[in-house]
Formats: sequence, structure tokens, C-alpha cells
Amino acid sequence: MTEKSKTTIAPPEKSASPRQPSAQEKSWQANTLKPTLEKTPERRAEFTTISGHPIRRLYTEADLPNWSPEKDLGQPGEPPYTRGIHSTMHRGRLWTMRQFAGFGTAEDTNARFRYLLAQGQTGLSTAFDLPTLMGYDSDHPLSEGEVGKCGVAISSLADMEVLFDNIPLANVTTSMTINSPAAIIWAMYLAVAEQQGADWKKLSGTLQNDILKEYIAQKEYIYPPEPSMRLVIDTFEFGVKNTPKFNPISISGYHIREAGSTAIQELAFTLRDGLEYVEWGMRRGMDVDAFVPQLSFFFNAHNDFFEEIAKYRAARRIWHKAMVERYGSKNPRSWALRFHTQTAGCSLTAQQPYNNVVRTAIQALAAVLGGTQSLHTNSLDEAWALPTEFAATLALRTQQIIAHETGVANTVDPLGGSYFVETLTNEVERGAWDYIHKIDAMGGMVPAIERSYPQREIAEASYRYQMEVDRKEKIVVGVNDYVTKENQLEILQIDETVAHRQAARLKKLRADRSRAEVDRCLHALRTAARGTENLMPFIYGTVKAYATLGEICEAMRDVFGTYEEVAIT
Amino acid sequence: MPTKKIRVLIAKPGLDGHDRGAKISARALRDAGMEVIYTGLRQTPEMIATAAIQEDVDVIGLSILSGAHNTICPQLMALLKAKGMDDVTVLVGGIIPEADIPAMKKSGIAEIFLPGTSTQDIIEFINKRIAVGT
Repeated sequence: MTEKSKTTIAPPEKSASPRQPSAQEKSWQANTLKPTLEKTPERRAEFTTISGHPIRRLYTEADLPNWSPEKDLGQPGEPPYTRGIHSTMHRGRLWTMRQFAGFGTAEDTNARFRYLLAQGQTGLSTAFDLPTLMGYDSDHPLSEGEVGKCGVAISSLADMEVLFDNIPLANVTTSMTINSPAAIIWAMYLAVAEQQGADWKKLSGTLQNDILKEYIAQKEYIYPPEPSMRLVIDTFEFGVKNTPKFNPISISGYHIREAGSTAIQELAFTLRDGLEYVEWGMRRGMDVDAFVPQLSFFFNAHNDFFEEIAKYRAARRIWHKAMVERYGSKNPRSWALRFHTQTAGCSLTAQQPYNNVVRTAIQALAAVLGGTQSLHTNSLDEAWALPTEFAATLALRTQQIIAHETGVANTVDPLGGSYFVETLTNEVERGAWDYIHKIDAMGGMVPAIERSYPQREIAEASYRYQMEVDRKEKIVVGVNDYVTKENQLEILQIDETVAHRQAARLKKLRADRSRAEVDRCLHALRTAARGTENLMPFIYGTVKAYATLGEICEAMRDVFGTYEEVAIT
Repeated sequence: MPTKKIRVLIAKPGLDGHDRGAKISARALRDAGMEVIYTGLRQTPEMIATAAIQEDVDVIGLSILSGAHNTICPQLMALLKAKGMDDVTVLVGGIIPEADIPAMKKSGIAEIFLPGTSTQDIIEFINKRIAVGT
């Protein structure tokens, strides 16, 4: 990377002079507003978003002194993409309705997948259980009590074959929420696609594969940052050559927000993670425009409606600016930030769970108005457990109602030009750039993580919010106000028979496969891991030999070591 | 006369890394004047019991969201008993189905704090419980 490409990019200008209201606004303040306030004061002295961002009483043209519709808004499908990345947006094609699902064994989840597709869902999204996410087989001692609980248990290609049984991967776009072992799970998916006779070049879907946000927020890491980043870049390289329509990464703000960040922190840390991946890819020798078009993003949709919409609009503007000005990208496909959205799990309440249907609908609406490419809506029972089939169906229906009944998808960026939304978009963008520049000054996201900078910022924000809720400065309906006693919902229970079935299947697998072939492939992987070669072909070899996820992760643990974070509170 | 500070071990057992609740609780208890030790992530019941002895704590607070509580809690309670630590107050916070709560309390867990609990409620519970005990 050249020094020039690191130059600071100017965020939207903050007007140096104080806000200058028009003569009409001044007259309104004096003649209409003032008498009202004297008679009836407002509900509170200060209004803020859920993130604590200050909100004015009224937004007018005085809040957008240097704002230019040509420069700051543009046209949909054109830079700076404020209005969306496609010229017709949801008039052309609705967003993909992609409900995250996974529990129990591969058979259980396969049945749920087929049910969701039959209900009109348009893409799959796979949730894996904690042992899978942490690279342990279902029969490992540390997996005890966790098998199939938070997602589906996948320990080998044999499980993956069952997971996608009778689901044509060539036609169904498939997303997989897996990070540290992402390369291995992806290799299993590619092996199943090959068995089905699908052309890899036509496969479409997304691997989460975003290790940076694991160190920052969700904490499902195995290896230290350097080898983890190498694995990520290996998947980029492999994807460019072999799977041009597959997103090898979903750079995720979702988990950062769930950990308690503000909207601006979510945006800033996610985009700075994105820039980190771009820089590591370029350092590997790839042309920026060869791999960046395959990078995708994933944001949260929280409760504060306009703040969320501003966040998505600002995200597109920042990414475009960074790609063009920072990395000299020439390909418009690298400039357009594509993203998936999930409604905020952390906003769901265990109390009065049916209220969650309402929260989720409003959050989903924000995502749609913000121009999302795909969407997951949470189920009402998810503060208690993974969703029942009833709850998951209702969540999907929520999206279908927004798409087909409300009319919000009939026009592009309906909020564009709103004084409030444009001002908030500018402010959120400015706040994000401030963070991005701070992290640049630390030498990038990996050093920033190693000094716990984003972790600390998020912990501060999350504590601040909890104190506001505890003091009732922020009201959570059913939790700190409007409280009633309710009966427990009927929830999905995963029992330990899942672990027993998995253990039996693993035992059979280990007996049936060629131990010599497994050892040969694992040895080849270990050797390659010590060097600098791309590890994807070696991982693919181990998977095809039916080495287990645990064995493959262990082989790389031997070479890479493991990561322990400095726990901050 | 200076009173001895209440010592609390906040632990995150199991494979789950969602530590928002554990960290908020640790900080809130510290701000309330308690001595708080946070174990960090992925602690086995053995590690937690050992830390509780070494740190000589009055309270152990476990944060569990993954559904693994029915495996982890009985193991920890048995270990504490075996080590003669059954006087330690054990609290669990997180996602626990109501149907599981009676058995957990029967095993000696003092209280289970569900989603939406205010940090003040946890602080008050501990203060009352330890005051009664001393």
C-alpha cells in the first residue's frame, strides 16, 4: 500500500458557522414555538437516539447548509449510492428473505430448511452450534451440553451431505454463519455441491468468515489474528478463481451492535474491518477490483428507526469514498456496498414476548427503507430459545407483509431529501469517519483489537445504555415499564439425544473412512500451514477424506496456536 | 469500622462468547463497592471452582446464554460441594427456561436472573444475602 492511499478522506463538512435559520423559521420560533413551550414544556430536556445521539426538535434546510443533492445524494445505482445500489431497488427485485435457521442434527435442520423454502423463503441461512463454531467435534469433552443447542451440529462432510439433502445448491443461495472454521465448512459445502453436479461458478451464497468482529464482539475465535487473516484471504483468492458469484465474506456489524455498541460504532468498526480485509487482500497481491466486488456486509436493524436508516445510507457513501479515494478502485462493482440485515436480537424481550413481533416489524421496515439486499427477521421467542416453527413462520410473514402490503417497496429511497434523514446520514457518516481515522492512526484494526480499543468502546456504550435502562431514562416496554406477569411461552427444547446421535454418527464415520488417507491429508495441511501456500485446496482434500472438523481445526491449532483475549470489564 | 468488601467471581462457562451480560454485571457490582474478579471466557466448572477457592469469594456469578446450563450447573455445584465450598452464593444470569429453574434452585443455586434484570436487583440481592450470612 502506498502512503498516498492512506491519506485522510474528508468527511462531510461540518459547518463552521452556527446554524442559520431562515427568516420564516425565526419567525416561527418567536411567534409559534415560544408561546407553546411556555405553556407546555416538552417531554424531556434532551432527546437522543437509542445510541445517545442528540436529536433536534425540527430539521430544516438550515441543517443542510453545504448539502448538495448532486454530490451527497446522487441517483440510485450511481455514486455515492446514498439512495441505494440499484437503479430500481426493490421495484426490480425484492430483497432476499433469508431466515437464519439451524438446530439439532443435520436431519432436523434439513427438515426446517425445506419447510422454510416451501413457505416462500427465497434463500437459506445456516446457524451452526457452538462446538462447530469453535472447531470441536460433537463428541469432544468441551462440547458437552452444547451440541445442537444454538444451531446445527456439523462435524464432517457426512453431516453436511445430510444438511443439504434434496436442496439443489445450484439454485438456492446459501449463507453460512461460521467464522474461525469458515474455510473448512465452505470446503464441505463445495464438496456437497460437487456431489450434486453443481457448477461452482454458478454457486451463489455467503460465508460469514469475518474473524475481526469475533475478536471485537462475538468472541468465537480459535487462532491468533495473523493466521486467521491469512485463512480469510485464502478464501478470497480461492473464491476469485473458483466461485465468482459466491461472497467469501460477510463483514458484520450485527454482532458488534449486539455486544452493545452504538449505531455509529457498529458502522465505523464494520467498515474499518472491511478496509482491513481490502488491505490484506491487496498485500497478498490481488488487484483491488478483482476481489472487492465479492465482499458483502451485514448490519443490525435496531429499534431507533431513523438512526438505522441513516446508518445504511451512510455505509454506502463511506464505502464508495474509501474504495475510490483510498484504494483507487476503477470498478463500480467494488464501490457498491451490498448488505444483509438482521433485526436486533438484543432488542427482544423475554417479558411479554408477543411485543417482539411489533419490534421486529418496525426494525425490518427500517432495513427495507435503508435499501437492504437481504433480510432476516427474528422470531418472537428468541429471547428464550431458538424459534419454534410457528414463531419462525410468523417472522417470515412479517417480511412478506412489508413487501407486498405496505407499499414501501414501490419507490426507491422514499426518505431521500428529508431534512432529518439527510442531516442524520451526514452526522452518522462523520462520526464513523472519526473512528476510522482513529483506528488508522493505531496502525489498522488488528493493532486496535490487540490494544482492546473497539472492545473498550463497545463495553462503555453497553454499560451506559444499561444504566439508562436501569434509571428508566430509556423505556423498554414490558421490562422497566408497563410490566405485567405472563406465562412462559412454549419454546423449542433441544435435548441430549442430539449429542448421542451425533456421537454415534461420528463413531461410524471414523470406522468407515480410510485412516491412512485422513492422516495423509491432515499431514499435507499441517505442512502447508507452516509455509505460505493458499490452504483452501489442502482443506478441501481433508474434507473429502472425511476428516472431521475437529481434526482439521486441531491440525491448524498445532501450527497456528490459539488466541486468548485480555478480558476487560 | 471498615467492613470487608464482598468478593464476587463473575464467570463465563461453556463455549459461548457473548459476554455483554457478564461484563455489565461485573462492572455494576464493582461500581456498587464489591471486589469483582472476571474470569474471562470459556471456563470449565473445574476452572471456576478453583478460581473461587483461590480468590476466596463470597459469590460466584455465572453467565450462561447457550442452553448448556443443565450440564454446567450440576457439575459446578458438585465440585463446590466436594471442595467444601457450599457456603458460596452461586447466582446464574442469562437465558434459562422457567421450567429448568426449580431443579437449579434445588441444587443450591441461590438465584437465577433472567433477561431484563436490572443491575440494581442483582446488587440488592447480593447485599441482602451476604449481610444475612455474616
